[in-house]
Amino acid sequence: MTALAFDLLLALALVWSAVRALTVRDLFHAVILFIVFGLLMALAWARLDAPDIALAEAAIGAGLSGALLLDTVGHLRACGRKDRPS
Amino acid sequence: MILVLAVVIACAVFALSLGRAMLSLDPAPLRLAGQVTERLEESGVTHPVTAVLLNFRGYDTLLEIAVLLLALLGILAVSGNERSAPHGIAAAAQPLLQSLARIVVPLMVLVAIYLLWAGAHRPGGAFQAGAVLASAGILLYLAGLLPAWSAPGFRLRLGISAGFLVFVVIAMMPLLFGGALLQYPAGWASALIVAIEAGLSFSLSLILAGQFLWLPNEDEEAEE
Repeated sequence: MTALAFDLLLALALVWSAVRALTVRDLFHAVILFIVFGLLMALAWARLDAPDIALAEAAIGAGLSGALLLDTVGHLRACGRKDRPS
Repeated sequence: MILVLAVVIACAVFALSLGRAMLSLDPAPLRLAGQVTERLEESGVTHPVTAVLLNFRGYDTLLEIAVLLLALLGILAVSGNERSAPHGIAAAAQPLLQSLARIVVPLMVLVAIYLLWAGAHRPGGAFQAGAVLASAGILLYLAGLLPAWSAPGFRLRLGISAGFLVFVVIAMMPLLFGGALLQYPAGWASALIVAIEAGLSFSLSLILAGQFLWLPNEDEEAEE
């Protein structure tokens, strides 16, 4: 019963974070929500008895992709600041 | 409004047809899991996922590392020689982050080696180990302890392609002795898989970290 409740909550949180990541206006928030989605996804893989994929998802999906996206947002902001005064 | 409605209806129809297709599939036409378990002893490792990735379907893994290598080459080609000037250390160097990185990075290296070693008999493996190593490199860069990479030198190029080259050499070796591509000689599978995995994690960590450390760092950022 507890496991079922946890799984349902996890599935709801996954869909919620995916929808929010796509609809939120601020890019920085979207990236944070994407990282949250990746970590929840890793949890879902672990619940599905696939620890190999859970490890890869946490390390590559959430960690490295998140860092890359955050870096991109930083660059976009730096570019925007440079362009605005001109 | 009509457009949004049309998109929603299209998505719903697509999801419904996907669900219908899934329900109408034959239940397990192939018993792949059984086949893997039967031949597991011959694979040289005892973890079924590693056996599939590096022995039974080694071809897929070979192409995977080739794709990652190509992706990095693409990044290098697009970014060109514009930022050949050496970049300094990341500006936002904070003492707390630095001391944390000094403690965490050795642990991350230890975890990566464990993941690599554990891959033979439990969840783990080259890709996870490489990702952890790459994250350690990125953490060092963000803490200001490691400078960004400017132009790839010969040693770095060699390191990036080493995993793929080792894999290709080991894959081609049986062809010389009348075997098939990627057919490990009997009794050698275990050692060869460990060699491939070690090369893969080393190169993967450089490739994944390189996608981050080779991104153009403009001077504006240094002022932040």
